[in-house]
Amino acid sequence: MPPSLRSALRALATSFIPETAGASDVQWAALETRVEQALSVRPQTTRRQLGLFVTLLAAAARVRYRTALTSLDPARRIVLLEWFGRSPVLRFRLGIWGLRTLIMLGWYTQPSVIEALGYRADPAGWDAIR
Amino acid sequence: MSVVRCDVAIVGTGAGGGTAALALAPLVAHGKRVLVLERGPRFQDGEFTGRELEMSAALYADQGGFLTSDGTMTLAFARGYGGSTLVYTGTSLIAPPRVIRAWGVPGIDADDLARRSRKYMEQNDVHLLERERQNDNNRLFAEGAARAGFHPEQFPLNLRGCRGSSLCNLGCPNNAKQGTNRVQLPAAERLGVEVVTRATVTRIEARRLHAVVAERPAGGKGAAPEWEPGEYVIEAGHIVLAGGVMGTPPLLLASGLSGLPRRTGEGFTCHPAHILVGEHPSPITNDVGHPKSWFVDRGAEDGYVLETCMYFPFVTAKNLTGFGPPHSALMRAFPRLQMILVLACDHATPGNRIAVDRGGTPVVHYRFTDAVIESMVRATRASAQIFFAAGALRVHAPSADPTLVERHDAERLEARIHARHFRTGQISISAAHLMGGCGMGSTAADSVTDDRGRVHGHPWLRIADASLFPDSLEINPYLTIMALADRVAEGLLPDVAG
Repeated sequence: MPPSLRSALRALATSFIPETAGASDVQWAALETRVEQALSVRPQTTRRQLGLFVTLLAAAARVRYRTALTSLDPARRIVLLEWFGRSPVLRFRLGIWGLRTLIMLGWYTQPSVIEALGYRADPAGWDAIR
Repeated sequence: MSVVRCDVAIVGTGAGGGTAALALAPLVAHGKRVLVLERGPRFQDGEFTGRELEMSAALYADQGGFLTSDGTMTLAFARGYGGSTLVYTGTSLIAPPRVIRAWGVPGIDADDLARRSRKYMEQNDVHLLERERQNDNNRLFAEGAARAGFHPEQFPLNLRGCRGSSLCNLGCPNNAKQGTNRVQLPAAERLGVEVVTRATVTRIEARRLHAVVAERPAGGKGAAPEWEPGEYVIEAGHIVLAGGVMGTPPLLLASGLSGLPRRTGEGFTCHPAHILVGEHPSPITNDVGHPKSWFVDRGAEDGYVLETCMYFPFVTAKNLTGFGPPHSALMRAFPRLQMILVLACDHATPGNRIAVDRGGTPVVHYRFTDAVIESMVRATRASAQIFFAAGALRVHAPSADPTLVERHDAERLEARIHARHFRTGQISISAAHLMGGCGMGSTAADSVTDDRGRVHGHPWLRIADASLFPDSLEINPYLTIMALADRVAEGLLPDVAG
């Protein structure tokens, strides 16, 4: 993953999922690997559209707040993302939905995160909790 | 390229293909060759780990993330020996007579489908789950629904030896669900039917299939294919397509079969669904126990069905609207979450259809009608009533703004949950009951097949999956798919034997 995209991804992740601000290096690496794997099986056009959308978000941060998306304070970044996520333009809403879904896939499939949530489904079912 | 000849070739091993395989298996004893081709692998006992990312990637097309053409809905369908019966929850309902009457297909009779459905209920060991094996998530739904004035009903389930892993949608790790991978296909193979996995049918011509058998990828799940990897031509006296809605209509459309009825691909329905959660003050049992034991059927009155459900962390996170602190807070409340799946009873609508792109890849066009949106909104209000009646503190409702509805707003649900807040692209909508595309009817002008699944104008070609449905079923479809596949096979038997 290019460094610029990695820093944007991390900034977006901390807005979508505040807990990621305290993620360990191992957790960040796992998140990025999962995102990369998920994107790798998507059509080239989808990957390109997501890349363009991140560029658009960065440009919007520059225009609206005169700073980089990655430097925005978390509250302003959330305002910006919510503006796009609630936009009348379907493409913008889908862009936010796609980004958040990717990042949630990268985070909420990690065993340490799942355990912290208290999710305990087990193949042994009832026997596992007795 | 190898050429293989057989009397009957079946494409697909799910509820339709597996049923057809067993129903046609007696032909083998009469010297006939029955071949079944499955695109996915044959998973081994012990490969169902229950790990969300790993199993989604192994079982579902596009890891469960296949999107409709405008990107507003996710469609879930599985590939593997057993098809989507690998990933369903085993809910076994007989088609409502009012729906079958409304289909208006000459020759299709609700009583006949019910009789055939009961045969498969017996074959699949369908029964009601004992109360002591139901978790709080299900108990609260039943109690809340009754208190709120609804009529909760228990799902008959096709389980044998269920340990309550709650992992049904990731493939049962205990082989408890009696899908076609456990019942019909092994029985058919014992009678001499040949099943070839990792075999993708790429083209259909008159009495001929082109298929590619893939190698087992290094480190991948599932057994190696039964045939040598490579390209095959299968010459068959009769062909039964049962690859499901995402398999059968796209194959027909991509193949450009001459004389194909013009309605091929039309009439797609899918019971659009989303997940609602209610947050309780203290932990409940939700991630242990069978996830789907109860439902409320308001299909006839209000166009929706509510079902208990319990999903995994990522699917849950994806389905909760929004992001940031409120979303995270709800995720942290996971052990206290009650979950309901809302399904809209959509109807065949012009424009909602299956097509293929230039590369032959399926493309699904789907527009949410006002009626579907209203159904989902009514269903969301009903679910909120049930959650609050069960004791929830707050409810996450996608068609509310803000999405969290607090208990003190329980009397204002009409105002808080409203169609004006239902915004595609903002809320997560998914579907797993994919139906239509090769609907039954009388003639090629109004349908693709007759009531026995024979494609109009192509007497050698039959269809035996949910693409036969001329409109939505308004309940969980697998038992009706089996009943229809049973009819298709019954009609085919004398043609092959004769």
